[in-house]
Amino acid sequence: MKDNLKTLSLFSAPPGREDFAANLISEIFSKYCDSVTVDNFNNVCGIKKTGIENSKKIALYAHMDEIALMVTDIDNHGFISFISIGGVDPRILLSQEVIIHGKREVYGVIGTKPPHLQIDNESKEIIIEKLYIDIGMTREQINGIIRVGDYITFKGKWIELQNNIVSSKSLDNRAGVTVLIEVMKELSEDSLDSQIIFNATTQEEVGLRGATINAYTVEPDLAIVVDAGFGDMSGLDKDETFILGKGPAIGIGPNMHPVLSKELINYAKQNNIPYQIDVEPGNTGTEAWTIQISKIGVPVLLISIPLRYMHTTVETISLDDVIASAKLISGFIRHIQGRLEELMCL
Amino acid sequence: MLIKELTLAEGISGDEFDIRNKIKTEINNNLFDVFTDSMGNLFATKKEKKESINVMVTAHMDEVGLMITLINDNGTLKFKTIGSIDERVLASKRFFIGPQLIPGVIGTKPIHLLEGDEKKQPLKAKELYIDIGCNSKEQAQQLVQPGDYAYFDTEFIEMENQMIKSKAFDNRVGCSLIIDLLMENYNINLQACFTAQEEIGSRGAGPAARRIKPDCTIILEGTTCCDVPHTEGHNIVAKINGGPVISIIDKATIANRKFFDFVTEIAKKNNIKYQIKEGIYGRNDSAPIQASENGIPTIVISVPCRYIHSPSSVMSLNDYNETAKLIKALLNELNYEIIGG
Repeated sequence: MKDNLKTLSLFSAPPGREDFAANLISEIFSKYCDSVTVDNFNNVCGIKKTGIENSKKIALYAHMDEIALMVTDIDNHGFISFISIGGVDPRILLSQEVIIHGKREVYGVIGTKPPHLQIDNESKEIIIEKLYIDIGMTREQINGIIRVGDYITFKGKWIELQNNIVSSKSLDNRAGVTVLIEVMKELSEDSLDSQIIFNATTQEEVGLRGATINAYTVEPDLAIVVDAGFGDMSGLDKDETFILGKGPAIGIGPNMHPVLSKELINYAKQNNIPYQIDVEPGNTGTEAWTIQISKIGVPVLLISIPLRYMHTTVETISLDDVIASAKLISGFIRHIQGRLEELMCL
Repeated sequence: MLIKELTLAEGISGDEFDIRNKIKTEINNNLFDVFTDSMGNLFATKKEKKESINVMVTAHMDEVGLMITLINDNGTLKFKTIGSIDERVLASKRFFIGPQLIPGVIGTKPIHLLEGDEKKQPLKAKELYIDIGCNSKEQAQQLVQPGDYAYFDTEFIEMENQMIKSKAFDNRVGCSLIIDLLMENYNINLQACFTAQEEIGSRGAGPAARRIKPDCTIILEGTTCCDVPHTEGHNIVAKINGGPVISIIDKATIANRKFFDFVTEIAKKNNIKYQIKEGIYGRNDSAPIQASENGIPTIVISVPCRYIHSPSSVMSLNDYNETAKLIKALLNELNYEIIGG
C-alpha cells in the first residue's frame, strides 16, 4: 500500500493532462479489475463484474489530478512566468522546485530575492504574476522545448514522519486513489451481487469536471467518494478539521444520502473501525456535490482522509487512516449487498 | 562531484561538525598540518615553508538554517532562524532536525480556509511550526530538544547549461575552491582556513586571522546575484556566467586598492572573464580579517549564486571554473611588492 501511495503521489497529473498518470493507474487497476477503460476525459474506470444481468452499480470515486501551474510567458532571458491551475496559495511558492512539461521535462526553481537585497519598505506580499521560474536556459535554447500553455507541476519528496504519518505532494488525492486500490484488492476474490466500478477521476481541482462526465456515463446506483479532508493544525477550528490517525471522516448533511450515511456510521461503530464525523451543512466541495445531481440523481456517500497542509508540497496524512478507510469501504460494500434498493428508499 | 557532497553536508553556524569532518576527510594528506581552534575554524597549512609571503585563503563553511526553541504541547516544534533567511521561503518545505536528523515539514493552512486578505499577508516565522508527526510533547521530547538545529532537506540537481541547484552554495562553493587549490603548488606559503559562524556576524574569521597573521588574505565566497526579472541596474549585483565577482566595496569593507587592481590585471592577463560587484550590499569575513592585527590587505572573490539563503540556490559551474582559474593565477604571482610590505 505504502509503495503504491508513494509512487502515485510523486507522479505528475495536472488537471487536463492526467494522461501523464493514466497508464500507471490503469496498470494497477488491471491487476484487480475485470476490465479497465480510459474515457475522453482521461477518467480511469475499472470494473469488477458480477455475471448477473442488470446488477446494481456501486461506483467509487477518487480524483487523481493535482493542483499545478501553467506557463504564461517566457522573457528574453529565459525566465518563465506562470499562473495557477486550481487553488494554489502564492505564499508557498518561493524557492519551490518544479517540473515544466514541455517537449521534454525541464527542471526549474521559483526564484526569490535574497534578504540582503530587500529594501526595508518593500512590500512582502507574494504576487504570483511577479514570480518567475529559473531553468538555467536562454530564450534561444527554450524555443521548441517550452511553450506558453505548458503545464508545470511541483516536484515533491516522499518522507516518513513519526507515528505512521507521511508527507509528500499530491496526497490530495492520491491517498483516495490508493484507498480505491486497497478496496479492489480486498474485494477481488469476493462474488458480489452488485458491480463495483472504481473511478480515478480528472479535473477535480478546476471544478469537479471529470466526475461529472463519468457519473453521466456510469449511472451509478450508489456513489462513494473518497477525498482528502482538512487535518487538525493550530490556527484552524476543531469543527472544521479531523485528527490524523483517528480514522476517516464520514460526511453527513444534505449532500450525502441520509439513510446510507447513517448505515455507514453504524457499520463502522459495530465493527470497531475508527471514524470521525464530517458535518457538512451544504456544498462539500467534493465530487459528491456534482455526482448527487447527475441524470436522475445518485445517492452519495463521502469519506474524507484527514490531511494537513492541503494544497502544499508537504501534504501530510496518517497511513492508518488510509488503511481504515479501505477497511470501512470494503466491509460496507459487503454489508449492503442485496439491501441497496431498500436502503436507498426515503 | 565535490560541491554536491559539500552542499548536502550539515553545518549551520555553531554546528559545523558534519561539514568540518567532510572537509577534513578531503584534505587529509601528509602535505598539510590540519588543525582546528575553539571557534570551530578548520586550518590547513602546507608543511613545506618557502621564502615568500604568507597568503591566507578563507571560506566560511557554515550555512543559514533554523534552531528549535520550544516543543509545543501537541508535539510540534517552534523555531527561530539562524542567519539571514527570508521567512517567506519557509512555507511548504522539508527539514532534518537535530543530531538524529528527524524529518519534519513546515506546512500552511489550506488555501480553502483562508479568510479575507489573509492570502496577501506574508507568513512570518513565528506563525509557523515544524511538524514531525508526533502527537504529544512527551513523544517529541524523545526525538528532539530545544537548541537542536534544523536543516533544509533539499536535493542536489544538475540543471541545464552547467547550472546546478542545491542549498548552501553560500559558501560551500568557497570551501570547494579551497580544497581544489590545496592540491597544487605555488610560490607562496598557502594557509587555508575554513571559518565558522560567518552567517551570524563573521565570528570565526577574526580569531583565525589573528592566529595565522597572514601578509594578505583572499576571501572566497558564494555571493548573491540577482540578474532576474523586476530587478534593474546595480541592484542585480552580479550576473550568472559573468565570471568571478570581485568586490571593491561592501557594507563593511573597502578592498585594498593595490590588491584589487592586481587581481583585475591578472584576470585580464589570463583572459579570465570577471565582474565587479555592483551596489553596496552584504558583508562577510573580510571585515574582521581586514581589521585584525595591524590591518591585513584583503580581497573578496566570489562565485555568483542566485537565491542564496534558500533551499533552492542556483549557480553555474562555468563561473566556478573561471573563479578557480583566477585564484590559481593570483597565487602564482602574488609577492611582497603587491601587498606593499
